[in-house]
Amino acid sequence: MKVILPAELYQEIYEAAKAVFPEEACGLIGGTEEDGVRQIKKVYVLENIDHSNEHFTMAPKDQLAAVKDMRANGIKPLGNFHSHPESPSRPSDEDKRLAYDKNASYMIISLMETNKPVLNCFHIEGDISIKEELEVQ
Amino acid sequence: MKLIIQGQAKEYDDAATINNVIENEKVETPEYVTVSVNDELYDTSEFEKISLKDGDSIEFLYFMGGGCK
Repeated sequence: MKVILPAELYQEIYEAAKAVFPEEACGLIGGTEEDGVRQIKKVYVLENIDHSNEHFTMAPKDQLAAVKDMRANGIKPLGNFHSHPESPSRPSDEDKRLAYDKNASYMIISLMETNKPVLNCFHIEGDISIKEELEVQ
Repeated sequence: MKLIIQGQAKEYDDAATINNVIENEKVETPEYVTVSVNDELYDTSEFEKISLKDGDSIEFLYFMGGGCK
């Protein structure tokens, strides 16, 4: 799977991660999908109801509002993003254990170096995570 | 009855239950899904409370969470 993320949406994810640092930020990503290419059209920054630097959880009511907005805008849910304030941009054991939607793209932005964020995107299925091709444009 | 499932109108038997819909729509790992019926949210343990009727709008929301450990 290839994932295309417009630069302004990349910036939105980065700003969201910085805004709640050292807590983890999280949200949903929506867009279109065609011929194995996911084009991200909108980022939904949601509250991390855990308010933790080690965990994140999105409230179902917030997810529902985002999904309805996606539908109203002619796009569909493609996955989510969250930040790792102090660890690398790769799925942790907990991330893999809690990745119940195998159709989702999971974006992780690392702020280990605050001014040098690292964003990667993964397909997660069971214990296996595979890095998806991510193009910021 | 007509149900709006994830934004798409579909015909279901009048006696259909939410578990019938979950099975028919091939919702994977439903134990980790919250169901919304007309914006009312139900966890797995509350599915039996759901009584579907014509025109209901249904969404399936996967638990979204994780951590850095």
